[in-house]
Amino acid sequence: MRKMVKKTKSLNLNFGPQHPAAHGVLRLILELDGEVVEKADPHIGLLHRGTEKLIEQKTYTQALPYFDRLDYVAPMNQEHAFALAAEKLLKIEVPIRAKFIRVIFCEIGRILSHILNVTTQALDVGALTPSLWGFEERETLMTFYERASGSRLHANYFRTGGVHQDIPLKLVEDIEKFCRSFPKIIDDLEGLLTDNRIFKQRNVEIGVVTKQEALDHSFSGVMLRGSGIPWDLRRSQPYEIYKDLDFKIPIGKNGDCYDRYLCRIEEMRESVKIILQCIEKLPKGPVKSIDGKISPPNRDDLKQSMEALIHHFKLFTEGYRVPKGEVYTAVEAPKGEFGVYLISDGSNKPYRCKIRAPGFSHLQAMDYLIRGHMLADVPAVLGSLDIVFGEVDR
Amino acid sequence: MVENLKRLEKLINSELSSKIKDSSIENNELLIEISDSDLMEVVQFLKTNEKCKFRQLIDIAGVDFPDEEKRFKLIYLFLSHENNQRIKLSFNFETNQLINSITKVFPSANWMEREVFDMYGVKFKNHPDLRRILTDYGFKGHPLRKDFPLTGFNEVRYSEKEKKVVYEPVKLEQNYRNFDFESPWEGTNYVKQINKNEKDGKKN
Repeated sequence: MRKMVKKTKSLNLNFGPQHPAAHGVLRLILELDGEVVEKADPHIGLLHRGTEKLIEQKTYTQALPYFDRLDYVAPMNQEHAFALAAEKLLKIEVPIRAKFIRVIFCEIGRILSHILNVTTQALDVGALTPSLWGFEERETLMTFYERASGSRLHANYFRTGGVHQDIPLKLVEDIEKFCRSFPKIIDDLEGLLTDNRIFKQRNVEIGVVTKQEALDHSFSGVMLRGSGIPWDLRRSQPYEIYKDLDFKIPIGKNGDCYDRYLCRIEEMRESVKIILQCIEKLPKGPVKSIDGKISPPNRDDLKQSMEALIHHFKLFTEGYRVPKGEVYTAVEAPKGEFGVYLISDGSNKPYRCKIRAPGFSHLQAMDYLIRGHMLADVPAVLGSLDIVFGEVDR
Repeated sequence: MVENLKRLEKLINSELSSKIKDSSIENNELLIEISDSDLMEVVQFLKTNEKCKFRQLIDIAGVDFPDEEKRFKLIYLFLSHENNQRIKLSFNFETNQLINSITKVFPSANWMEREVFDMYGVKFKNHPDLRRILTDYGFKGHPLRKDFPLTGFNEVRYSEKEKKVVYEPVKLEQNYRNFDFESPWEGTNYVKQINKNEKDGKKN
């Protein structure tokens, strides 16, 4: 009898761009040997909207809403980076109350993003319930967004020099009430997942990132901390009032998908603590810079004062001019270091605005992360990368 | 923080004196200007030097200055976790110049360089896989160049007749209008004094 030598040919598989586990519009060309992935080539750009080009045509105030549309699960964190960049060039100081409000909403954004990620990661590996529970809480958080800014998602709330409006009094109480009850929900989620046998089988030792590789691949945020590198911009290069707040930075040990999940769960708890501290300390005062050349006058003044009327008119036609210069500001967005490199030529529009999205670098490492894993691990790894295509494609 | 940056600036200037064209600290950020041919050595130095330790590449940003002789500018942003410092590296170059790829030193530069290639048409030498990344398959032109129109050249739609997506030249009902609101008036030098009392309370 002739010995059967089977010659296998590798199989090319097209994953996406319309696939529920692709977290958006990712097209992944996979080269498979049986069920083992030999190579992954992500094709991105299907959601490319030319944000950077558009920003070059808009005044600074008009450019801000584009940042909501980048990572649309945590909009205000993005706005923050741009507002900080413009403030740094203008050299203006933000009133203390505005800083607190910003931090409250940035942390709400972090919880929003982490809920979405943790629950959809669970969904990708077969658990349906967490997403149902988690999305209820997201809905509550988004009503907070709505009550402060008027819209649930694309808030457009931060401004150069502060925030658009003061928050309603009752809102602070409601956020506090939420913060008291939310840790229980995290416990419930953890009860479903943390010791769940199936969840662990799908995530432990999958997509392991060593410290060195995390650095080489420009990882940031949870991807870095999950591998045991204690690095958080809120701590190491503090902006706003993070210096005065007491919070811990959870770090992982093994750098696998499971550790990253644990990091995110812990970060949500820390965010709740931060919000509670901010509510406790929340001072009174103006919420935007009182320099009439930068922030618009309030409605009352507009009816009474000629100067205010002129300021209002100039700000909403010409906008404000930003001094010549180049600046890079980064914030710790839920997904990692979100940075804005802003070049101003002294006019009322940015000359160039380069957006540094954390997801871009994370997705780049997909090939290295998935090589040698099974096909079924692709959604698990992708889920733990925390990809949102709005920011990857820009 | 500023002292550390100054120290770093001094160190880099003394170690790489021949390669540094200019260095400055603005807005607490250190910018080093080099010439494009020295890129590899400088990047290697920044990564491996015991006192620099810039082990992470944050981003590569391209800029277009159509009126200048050296039209393009690249800015490399690096971060050092150990020293908690950032540094910017920049150089200008002409349109068709080949730039060395730093993917050998920083693997993550791969997509960043592809993005610069896509957006500005800058070509990188020794890049393992220089393809377009963000734009459509078969896209022509480089969108972030200043002479590329905002509305682009082609638009796509699904054609019911042909049962496929078709590409057509952009047809706008109304042209894109870019109003120039900028007034020639320079403004006054008057700076509003922020009163301490007013800042803390009262006005809400």
